[in-house]
Amino acid sequence: MVQRSDSIIVGIVSRFMVPLIQLFALYVIAHGHYSPGGGFQGGALLGASVLLLRLTVGEQPSNLVFHKKYGTPMSGFGVFIYAAVGVAAMIGGGVYLDYANLPIAGMEPAALRSLGILLVETGVGIGVMATMIAIFDDLAKGDFHD
Amino acid sequence: MIWQLELIIYLLLIASAIVALRAKDLLAAIVVLSVYSFGSAFLFAILGAVDVGFTEAVVGAGITGILFLAALYYTTRKSVD
Repeated sequence: MVQRSDSIIVGIVSRFMVPLIQLFALYVIAHGHYSPGGGFQGGALLGASVLLLRLTVGEQPSNLVFHKKYGTPMSGFGVFIYAAVGVAAMIGGGVYLDYANLPIAGMEPAALRSLGILLVETGVGIGVMATMIAIFDDLAKGDFHD
Repeated sequence: MIWQLELIIYLLLIASAIVALRAKDLLAAIVVLSVYSFGSAFLFAILGAVDVGFTEAVVGAGITGILFLAALYYTTRKSVD
């Protein structure tokens, strides 16, 4: 019922929009503790940009951006970053995810909190992006454009 | 708050929900459902919950539509016996 569109306008516009969407997603992740947004929204934007390529230009070109075999490992890696920051704070002497106790020498607690929330947001972003792409790849089973 | 703008968005939400339920073409229903999500994202932003509105715009209008589209790919218009 849904067929591939061979329209050149759709292909060109989506290929032009994808870098802009990804740049905005990185801004949302990195600026998340000053303004609305954060790891989840930025990761969902990153995932949506790759899914836009999957839908418009096809399986093989979009695998160059994010190969489908990396979907599940990257989602696990994002959760690993989140958990590792929490456990590192425990090693430094605090409770789980208490960023002020991250074991990095020579940094103020305020700077450590800023760094810790950025690391956690990065992990959440990677996890959400890879999970969105993995769900789509499992649904489409690779024959979306055949 | 601008109550005229809110009224317009509420009417748009009701209209798009009815159209999405009654549309015969499933692709059209998906598109109108994305319109519904985007309208509710506007409404959340007007009500002050910018973060919720952002999430609704990204997930409701973007990801959900794509996943419904991927599921729709496996359907046919006529049943095959």
